[in-house]
Amino acid sequence: MRTRVFLLLLIAVAIVVFFATRWVNNDYVFFAGYTVLQFVVLSTAWNILGGYTGYVNFGSAAFFALGAYATVFLHKLYPLPIPLLIVVGGAVSGIVGLGMGYLTLRLRGAFFAIATLALAVVLQTLIVNWDYVGGSRGAYIIRPNEIALIGPYIQYLFLVMLALVVIALTVARGIERSRLGYGFATIRDDELAAEASGVPTLRLKLIATTLSGALMGMAGAPFPYYIGYLQPSSAFGLEYAVNSIAMPMIGGTTSWVGPLIGAILLGSLQQIATVTISSAVNLLIVGLLLVAFVIIAPNGIVGLVQGWIRRTK
Amino acid sequence: MAGALLEVTGLSKRFGGFVALDGIDLSVAAGERVGLIGPNGSGKSTLVNCICGTLVNETGSVRFDGETVDGLLTHERTRRGMARSFQLPRPFTTLTVADNLRVPLLYTVNARPGRALSPTELDARCAELLQLVALADKRTHLPRDLTQVEMRKLELARAMAAEPKLLIADESMAGLSQSEVDDIVSLLIRLNERGITIILIEHIMRAVMKFSQRLIVLVSGKKIADGLPDAVIRDPEVERAYLGQ
Ligand SMILES: Nc1ncnc2c1ncn2[C@@H]1O[C@H](COP(=O)(O)OP(=O)(O)O)[C@@H](O)[C@H]1O
Ligand SMILES: [Mg+2]
Repeated sequence: MRTRVFLLLLIAVAIVVFFATRWVNNDYVFFAGYTVLQFVVLSTAWNILGGYTGYVNFGSAAFFALGAYATVFLHKLYPLPIPLLIVVGGAVSGIVGLGMGYLTLRLRGAFFAIATLALAVVLQTLIVNWDYVGGSRGAYIIRPNEIALIGPYIQYLFLVMLALVVIALTVARGIERSRLGYGFATIRDDELAAEASGVPTLRLKLIATTLSGALMGMAGAPFPYYIGYLQPSSAFGLEYAVNSIAMPMIGGTTSWVGPLIGAILLGSLQQIATVTISSAVNLLIVGLLLVAFVIIAPNGIVGLVQGWIRRTK
Repeated sequence: MAGALLEVTGLSKRFGGFVALDGIDLSVAAGERVGLIGPNGSGKSTLVNCICGTLVNETGSVRFDGETVDGLLTHERTRRGMARSFQLPRPFTTLTVADNLRVPLLYTVNARPGRALSPTELDARCAELLQLVALADKRTHLPRDLTQVEMRKLELARAMAAEPKLLIADESMAGLSQSEVDDIVSLLIRLNERGITIILIEHIMRAVMKFSQRLIVLVSGKKIADGLPDAVIRDPEVERAYLGQ
């Protein structure tokens, strides 16, 4: 399938999802749906680096938070429409992703993962001590109640996140089918052999950290409008770091489908758990599932299905 | 040597206190077929790694195709026309056998100036290369489905896919049957007749003698002989250090 056809198909699905959710006509569904979609973007973004090139990023929350804080910062200067804020948030996190890639070029495996964790801690400390964006107290963002054409603002935010899902999935699938995708896979498999085959591994790693960071920042940019009151502890929350790893791992990391499935499944499960049990149980569920999958099905749900198809053929 | 394709001068490499290569000088002319032999641990693979940039040598210099390549990354050297197979095959484990060959086509052949191969041409080229090393029926398999011998053939095919000026085959024939060895040797000779310069590192003397126009012997990181194959294997020093053991 050509990328353009895929994009049109995704847009069609997104439109159906939007009108179906509108038809349900319950604000809660929009609130919960927003969170699930946000996780689709985050895990797709994580997977571009973690799944395609095999570099595990523990600092997803920092890239997400940077996108959110870019919005807070601009909101104080001059309120901009959300699509523009997304561009800015993506640019900020993309540049930080590039910087992180540059600083960690020679690090592999656990050392890379630890470095990303350290970066997240450093950035959180900076934000906590930066009064202009609210420091440790946090910052209020007054969200309009309504928006022209669409109506309730939460529906607008939901639609924006849907659009980001479309963009993220198209980018991920586009990479998989391009030269870049092959290059990323060789980095995951064997960097020495990749270089010997002409793959510029260092440059490709930078492309991956930049793209992945940018998409995470884009996911974070609308967040202050969603939450209304942004604190460092919520923007840098553990749930972002954990979920953006767990969702692709559980869905399957080798293709764009895995993070999508993982995020929808785990995201919905957590929304249901929040309502029926408590929000504290969420990370427990994710952790247990992650352990189970790593042991039983290291290639995730996609891997399970592929294996099943191969056996029945 | 004027017009040398590869020129190594004073190349030394240490691992900690251990001197793996000690002031290696060698030169390979364009179009030549050179055999590189030496006992296990004599530094042959290390020399390949230094020539191709996989390892960084402390002293000495490598010139390729008229320019020094010191300081260039491995992929840049590959794009300039060096290709090597690894002694222990290092396939891309999550890519199919055909896609393993697609990588050098995409990143080396298509990265050179001139017209890039179209997707159909890429498929055709992969199929052609797999045919050459008799792996055509494993096209869609993952490398883990291959035997050790097939893995070596894939390793060699991947180096050939980069359309190199200089191909270095590092013990590609270990474990192959006699007829397979003969197949690979004649394949390498055919490639050479098409203008590719080849360095063959090999323990199977029959293959080395059949292939080489010149023989270089490495012992304990030093070059001890370099000349016509028949003369080199009769060299008393070579016999003592290598063949006599
Ligand atoms: N990465 C490395 N670190 C330390 N020692 C090494 C390394 N690679 C090779 N050596 C050592 O260098 C010597 C030469 O090895 P190698 O080049 O593989 O020999 P050959 O290919 O001729 O069998 C050996 O003694 C080997 O143990
Ligand atoms: Mg060796």
